[in-house]
Amino acid sequence: MTLAAVTELAAGTNEHLASMSNTLIYSAMTVYTLAFLAYIAEWIFGSRSKVGRTANALTADDARTASRPAVTVKKAGGTAVLERPQVVVRAAAGSRDVPDGPGAHGGTVQGDLYGRIAVSLTVLAFVVHLAGVVARAASVRRAPWGNMYEFSITFTAVAVGVYLVLLALRKNVRWLGLFLTTTVLLLLGLAVTVLYTASDQLVPALHSYWLYIHVSTAIFCGAVFYVGAVATILYLFKDSYENKLEAGLKPGSFATSVLERLPASATLDKFAYRVNAAVFPLWTFTIIAGAIWAGDAWGRYWNWDPKETWSFITWVAYACYLHARATAGWKGRKAAYLAMIAFACWLFNFYGVNIFVTGKHSYAGV
Amino acid sequence: MSKTETDKGQEELGAAGSQLSTAPREEQLSGVPAMGVIGWIRWFWRQLTSMRVALLLLLLLSLAAIPGSLIPQTGADLNKVDDFRAAHKTLAPVYDKLGLFHVYSSVWFSAIYILLFISLIGCIVPRAWQFTGQLRGRPPGAPKRLDRLPAYTTWRTTAEPEEVREAALKLLKRRRFRAHAEGDAVAAEKGYLREVGNLIFHIALIVLLVAFAWGQMYKSDGTKLMVEGDGFSNALPMYDDFKSGSMFQPDELVPFSFDLKKFTGTYETSGPNKGTPRTYQAKIEYSTGTDGTRKAKTIKVNQPLHIGASKVYLVSHGYAPVITVRDGKGKVVYRDAVPLLPLDGNVTSNGVVKVMDGYTSPKGLKEQLGFQAFFVPTFDPKAGTMMSQFPALVNPLLAVNAYHGDLGVDAGIPQSVYQLDTTHMKAFKDDKGQLLKKLLRPGDSMQLPNGAGSITFDKEIKQWAGFEIVQEPGSGWALGGAIAAIFGLAGSLFIQRRRVWVRTVRGADGVTVVEMAGLGRSESAKLPEELGDLAGILYDQAPGAPDPDDDSSPIPDPHVVPAEGAEK
Ligand code: HEM
Repeated sequence: MTLAAVTELAAGTNEHLASMSNTLIYSAMTVYTLAFLAYIAEWIFGSRSKVGRTANALTADDARTASRPAVTVKKAGGTAVLERPQVVVRAAAGSRDVPDGPGAHGGTVQGDLYGRIAVSLTVLAFVVHLAGVVARAASVRRAPWGNMYEFSITFTAVAVGVYLVLLALRKNVRWLGLFLTTTVLLLLGLAVTVLYTASDQLVPALHSYWLYIHVSTAIFCGAVFYVGAVATILYLFKDSYENKLEAGLKPGSFATSVLERLPASATLDKFAYRVNAAVFPLWTFTIIAGAIWAGDAWGRYWNWDPKETWSFITWVAYACYLHARATAGWKGRKAAYLAMIAFACWLFNFYGVNIFVTGKHSYAGV
Repeated sequence: MSKTETDKGQEELGAAGSQLSTAPREEQLSGVPAMGVIGWIRWFWRQLTSMRVALLLLLLLSLAAIPGSLIPQTGADLNKVDDFRAAHKTLAPVYDKLGLFHVYSSVWFSAIYILLFISLIGCIVPRAWQFTGQLRGRPPGAPKRLDRLPAYTTWRTTAEPEEVREAALKLLKRRRFRAHAEGDAVAAEKGYLREVGNLIFHIALIVLLVAFAWGQMYKSDGTKLMVEGDGFSNALPMYDDFKSGSMFQPDELVPFSFDLKKFTGTYETSGPNKGTPRTYQAKIEYSTGTDGTRKAKTIKVNQPLHIGASKVYLVSHGYAPVITVRDGKGKVVYRDAVPLLPLDGNVTSNGVVKVMDGYTSPKGLKEQLGFQAFFVPTFDPKAGTMMSQFPALVNPLLAVNAYHGDLGVDAGIPQSVYQLDTTHMKAFKDDKGQLLKKLLRPGDSMQLPNGAGSITFDKEIKQWAGFEIVQEPGSGWALGGAIAAIFGLAGSLFIQRRRVWVRTVRGADGVTVVEMAGLGRSESAKLPEELGDLAGILYDQAPGAPDPDDDSSPIPDPHVVPAEGAEK
């Protein structure tokens, strides 16, 4: 055993904190379940509304004015000038000009109410969840990502955090809520049943701040990539739905009901691109921080160890996606498939590699 | 489909939309090359440097990296490769032929990335050239119909057209647009740093790759086990084990030497993590060059010692009990610290003591002695096992047995210092005819039968530390390239390159009509915001005039005049 593999392990475990963390995680799961049900209610009430079903026709005008930053000009003095220049926005030549859907609630008051309840519950669940993660970290006196259980609870907390921050920034992302809570519940369920590791069975965490930077940014990037991936999947659905409409076909009523309420495919596509592009430099940095740490710990900054290799593959896959967006003939669906492949690489790196492959990173075992 | 769409968009904007990026224009892959060798070469070069091929090569690169993460690699772990070979008799030769045991140095992997980087260079050079051209030129003039652009606004004003243009020019320049007036309009552009960032990013990738390849060719990597008090000087014969890149020359080893003064390990003493290492550190004294003065330094895990291009890592440690062997007359024939290899986390260790020469048996025969040693730093009688219970020296115990005869070291076959070859040796037996063995505490001795001498476990127990000495030139360049890549990338992804035009004309009724429009490379919400902002400021300098009649606003309704794309 090399020294690097067994350095610096935090001191004794605080049993009390550990069990408290477990209670908090279970509580968070309960609240997430309630939030999940509320999101479902939002979708159901939304589907009952006529507005929901005929959203496209009815909201077309609203959407148009909304996307027009009407009178962006503000004057300090307050002298009322009647005619302010207004900026007219139009879709670039060649792209489809479809308005965004009204959201899961379909414009219904009740649906909207449930949506709001769902968001509030998500916030509550997030706070409890976060407390669970912090308690876990305190109980093992190190960062909470020493094994796959800890990694999963941290990752889900960050993913929900990213969603809530986007909401707080008034981005139109409430439609993500149902998909997010579903994944979070699945992952947490997996974590507490299959992956659970008692907090005293510690695997040594390596003592280097580069490692802390590396892992925390990796988790953050993963959470953002996840949001991008959900948007990409929805884009693919919505795009084929719009294609069908354009071709004069009639999609199924369930598809219509759900997809009508989502943002337009162009909006989803743009959102996915922004999210992925914004986090790509950070992902690059993550890999470099890992390489710097490896250089200090193993003597070589790049070892082609399976984790490194898959980070590299993920990086190249996202680079492909970004390139594809800049290449005529690859925009749209083809680029979206690349984004899905890239996210699959990320997932494999964080779960698959730990389970199927062993390498120098194997301290992060199951 | 996109091709026709882009072309359509392009036609409509005319020169105004051109050169908003330096990305190469797509050419048909199926395009028939011109005749002749030169024609073919040119065709091939065009394909290689196209965005489409770059994309394919990138995809190939990520695919090609996968097998190396799933199949054991010689570079990472030879033993695993051997295990795999033993387990897959038919598959292994196929893998060997395909180079799958060393994917990252295989011909096909190299071919992909070399092609990719040729493509990259072939792409960057013309782009950089084109970009400097754009920097020297001026932003293209306003397109005929500004209202066709993604962001548009207009108003009527009593100010003179020239006045408004002047004000617009000033405003745009103040906002750090590159702006100039041309005819009845002002043309402006901003965000050139995007292109700079993109070029820096791609160039940094080349720097990174060259540095990496350089490091692979010229690297050296060796290990050395040192007991406290030992010295090392950086020369090939001093290493226990040494690997190097294909271009490495032994005289490239950085001249330095160091002594291991003391190794310290501290461990968790209680709780569920009892025995887990807290710190490992090696106090050393080193000097650089041939004569340099000696400097004290502590090497820790994750904190290597840097000497020039060389780095010294602390990678392993263990115990080295001092053993004294005496012959029948009590003369010391051997005294040394014997490094033992750890078997587990609590440093249960084993090893051998070899007395090569100087020993004479009671019968007057020149013989060699060999002892097998089993050592625990912390023996706990209550544990019910001989295995060590804690990694530090709490209750050390040494178990030895003894052989005499021929160690076989002179046979010329290299031998492990940690193993005893007993083929030509005879075990010492106790009174009952059993293999002679004894548990020793520090200071204890074991007498060999028939006055053959003794072995003593001295009170002093030293520790040893294993060092890895690595030279990997080019890593500074690789780091520089990586940092430049991140910044370049951020610039390339976060900066928008966009154009703004302001046209002022005197209408038929003598009132000036101001039109402003913006165009970016991608549709961004920021573009109309910025345009609105600019329009607001300009509006204050050229306030609105009443409309000729009370008719509706001059804003063309996009639904009445549908966007180009929606027509079809
Ligand atoms: C090692 C291989 C490469 C990697 C990892 C890579 C990565 C990237 C990334 C991440 C971007 C996105 C930045 C942006 O959108 O501005 C980008 C843009 C770009 N790349 Fe590459 N690239 C590689 C090779 C190439 C090659 C060989 C070419 C030329 C054929 C090329 C041409 C371009 C161009 C023109 C853009 C800008 C597109 C635009 O203006 O949006 N790249 N590259």
